[in-house]
Amino acid sequence: MPQINSSEALEKFRQELLTKNDADTPCISICAGAGCIASGAGEVITAFKAEIEKQGLQAGVNTKETGCPGFCERGPVVVIYPEEICYLQVKPEDVAEIVTKTIKEKKVVERLVYCDSLTAEKAPLESDIPFYKNQKRNLLGSNIKIDPKSIEDYLVLDGYSALSKVLTQMSAESVVEEIKLSNLRGRGGGGFPAGRKWEGTRNAPEPVKYVIVNADEGDPGAFMDRALLEGNPHSILEGLIIGAYAIGSHEGFIYVRQEYPLAVENINLAIIQAQEYGFLGKNILGSGFDFKVSVHQGAGAFVCGESTALMTAIEGRVGEPRPKYIRSNIKGLWDKPSVLNNVETWANVPLIINKGAEWFTQFGTEGSSGTKIFALVGKINNTGLVEVPMGITLRDIIYKIGGGIPDGKKFKAVQTGGPSGGCIPESLLDLAVDFDELSKAGSMMGSGGMIVMDEDTCMVDVARYFMEFLADESCGKCVPCREGTRQMLKILTNITEGRGKEGDIELLEELSEVAKEAALCALGKSAPNSFLSTLRYFRDEYEAHIKDKRCPALSCKELINFYIDPEKCQACGACLKKCPADAIIGGKKLIHIVDQDKCTKCGTCFEVCPTKFSAVTKLSGEPVPAPVPEAERTVVKKDKK
Amino acid sequence: MSEILLEIDGKEVKAKAGMTILDAAKSVGISIPTLCHHEALEPFGSCRLCSVEVDVRGRTSLVAACVYPVANNILVKTRSAKIDRIRKIILELYLAHAPDSFVLQDLAKEYGADKDRFEKEASFCIHCGLCVRYCNEVKQKNAVGFVDRGGRKEICFIPEIAAKECWDCKECFPLCPTEALQAAYVLSQALFTAPPE
Amino acid sequence: MDNDRIDQIIDKHHGAASSLIQVMLEIQSEHHWLPKESLKRVSQKLQVPLTQILHIATFYKAFSLVPKGRHQVHVCVGTACHVRGASRILDTLQELIKIKPGETDLDLNYSLETVNCVGCCALGPVMEIDGKTYGKMTPTETIDILKNYD
Repeated sequence: MPQINSSEALEKFRQELLTKNDADTPCISICAGAGCIASGAGEVITAFKAEIEKQGLQAGVNTKETGCPGFCERGPVVVIYPEEICYLQVKPEDVAEIVTKTIKEKKVVERLVYCDSLTAEKAPLESDIPFYKNQKRNLLGSNIKIDPKSIEDYLVLDGYSALSKVLTQMSAESVVEEIKLSNLRGRGGGGFPAGRKWEGTRNAPEPVKYVIVNADEGDPGAFMDRALLEGNPHSILEGLIIGAYAIGSHEGFIYVRQEYPLAVENINLAIIQAQEYGFLGKNILGSGFDFKVSVHQGAGAFVCGESTALMTAIEGRVGEPRPKYIRSNIKGLWDKPSVLNNVETWANVPLIINKGAEWFTQFGTEGSSGTKIFALVGKINNTGLVEVPMGITLRDIIYKIGGGIPDGKKFKAVQTGGPSGGCIPESLLDLAVDFDELSKAGSMMGSGGMIVMDEDTCMVDVARYFMEFLADESCGKCVPCREGTRQMLKILTNITEGRGKEGDIELLEELSEVAKEAALCALGKSAPNSFLSTLRYFRDEYEAHIKDKRCPALSCKELINFYIDPEKCQACGACLKKCPADAIIGGKKLIHIVDQDKCTKCGTCFEVCPTKFSAVTKLSGEPVPAPVPEAERTVVKKDKK
Repeated sequence: MSEILLEIDGKEVKAKAGMTILDAAKSVGISIPTLCHHEALEPFGSCRLCSVEVDVRGRTSLVAACVYPVANNILVKTRSAKIDRIRKIILELYLAHAPDSFVLQDLAKEYGADKDRFEKEASFCIHCGLCVRYCNEVKQKNAVGFVDRGGRKEICFIPEIAAKECWDCKECFPLCPTEALQAAYVLSQALFTAPPE
Repeated sequence: MDNDRIDQIIDKHHGAASSLIQVMLEIQSEHHWLPKESLKRVSQKLQVPLTQILHIATFYKAFSLVPKGRHQVHVCVGTACHVRGASRILDTLQELIKIKPGETDLDLNYSLETVNCVGCCALGPVMEIDGKTYGKMTPTETIDILKNYD
């Protein structure tokens, strides 16, 4: 493949690809993102290839293994082009029918299309599915159309046209201006205006400068960057090269966490292809601009997602953050001016260049323009990635797109911003999601993790969970974080295990102040956030745990007892059979009793008791009633009315 | 070198570019407590005892004086109700590790810190890093370093290097604010497992 | 791991001291742990103090200074999985294999680790064995699946 060395050559090549690509040729796109692969997409892909060969259709039908389109709850996801029919939860057994009915007979396989759980309305076309319809998928929309291992798929979708425009028609300063005008704010959590960051580095009087992609995505529950990097790696490369040109850098680094092996593989392949085609290396597209990029893998440390720690890790040292008194865009990697931005931030750059800053600002709010990808997970019907314009309400995200809470449970809170963020209660569901509104409510945008919790979630346990996470991930350099998180964890654990005492909340508040004010980096400074926000909105739960030794959500193992209601038990024996601790006493036609001394609180009996009986209950903060005397344990069969 | 004008505790201070607030304060006789700071070593910024309030163009924040560079027109406060509160808790967290340390006890008296506020911890080490940094920057032997992270972080001697160097050196011991109790323990463990010569 | 192979890996990264973590990741991935001799070799060739290498080997979760078991069992304890009951899966595995996260059983059959989010949140709770992902786990299913890895 001879290198493309001018923008004219690029457009000519693109036209050749478009002519070769007949839009009417049937194409079966199967999501090959990590989530769908874990749901069995690999076997579905193999089945499709085999079936197409079996039916002799190779000449006229393409298959494509694509990036993640975000509807992870219903994976494996398959979209048939050109009709754009979307099939969900596809199994290898369904493949033969799909090929025969849809590819050959052009008919829809009704049972595999989206069916609304409330209205029973079907939506065979991808664009009609409510989950997708209510989003604005500027970034994620391309994923199902691209095979991430093929640069030509990216070129067909106008890939690298923004780079070509920048190198041949725009000065470096005008690129920085365009990004400033767009008000693109960092999508990694800080929300710092990217244009200002770029400008600072551009003006730094140092010849050597670096650009860095932060793909360390450590927030548990967040996987937006995984989908972008795995599914459309060239979009990030293109944004990075544009940014490098704008600030005057000739070397870049992509720091990817090693827990994402598919993303590492795909970005490495994309770099090799970009080099082959002439988008990386010397004299890119004949412009005289040189740029090279290399991939660094993380080694399993959340703190390395913090920008100064990330740079220290690239330098080959432990990820200990540095104080930000001198900003890293002036003195960063190896003390040189460095622009570090998140994956999603870089991915937005080619769009802004091609469609203009004004186009970008039409989405979102005044303070936060554009779209944001959120990972909507937890107690929600439609788990997956959602891309929405800033300013949409939490209520719309959770109910219109997310489909609400499963099993008829009540919404309790949504956690945003990862471990540094906070919980937002029901009373604030109409909050417009943007950087500033979320901070005002005591949380933050963070990288985009959005964890939905219902009435069965204990908020004190949520605070304990995040504190445990941060205490484990603390780098250990400064005492407010290292010792502070440990002490806070001890107190929170005591509270959830029934050993809370008067004064605990006040001590937690004191330790919170020390961490917030005196910690060295953002991990330490934001460590108390989950405690402070749950205390702000759910103080009653803390007090119940401490004063009444009661867990209102009936979740904390040490504070609950499983009790079989003798009035409801029909001696079906399901719980006795499944109990892993042999803690249930019972027999045929005898009311079953939980032996509290042996019970390990695993909750299996609660889950297996048939709904029509619902005899197993959870008690908290009250004594367990004494077992029914043996002589009276014969089951009274309920009359069939 | 250009001159910088700043204010510390109401006093006008002339400093040179490149100095830290700690240096500038010392130059006019204002003392700020430190633990992990040492003249011969690069500033570390880990003990946070030197935290001071800095007002930059109307915005106040708490910073570590040993690493914060002086700048024109900043207003620094080295004592306040908030600073004292924070230093007190930091000391209490340290005292849980080394309640008998003389250095810590003196500071505890000044800030009213209670050595029994938190449960006693198993390790004496307070992670000031003086021993590790001295061996790395001054002696350049790298016989002792840190291992692990967070609450599990510890100092660790490399048995082979320690067996060769430490008998005749031990210059890190007098630097330790906790009487080198942890260092002595960890060093003897390392020497015990060092391969025979 | 023999010194020639280690030298090869170091040369691939042009012997740059900043490539230290990448070099160690390759050794870990090929050998499944980091023997002290290989770390000494790396220290020699890259001119980096052994204390720095040991700090890195213990700071980052990806590295192990002790041999690992035949099967790597990872339980995701990310927030989405936690909210869906990941701690019950972890408890079940701890009971079964009789080890805690970070440990390997005495017969070197299983190594148990917790992971802070593998990015498959829609399938929570998630367990990975030898790189294969299992989603929507329950304690009973966990016991069944582990039987396949005897």
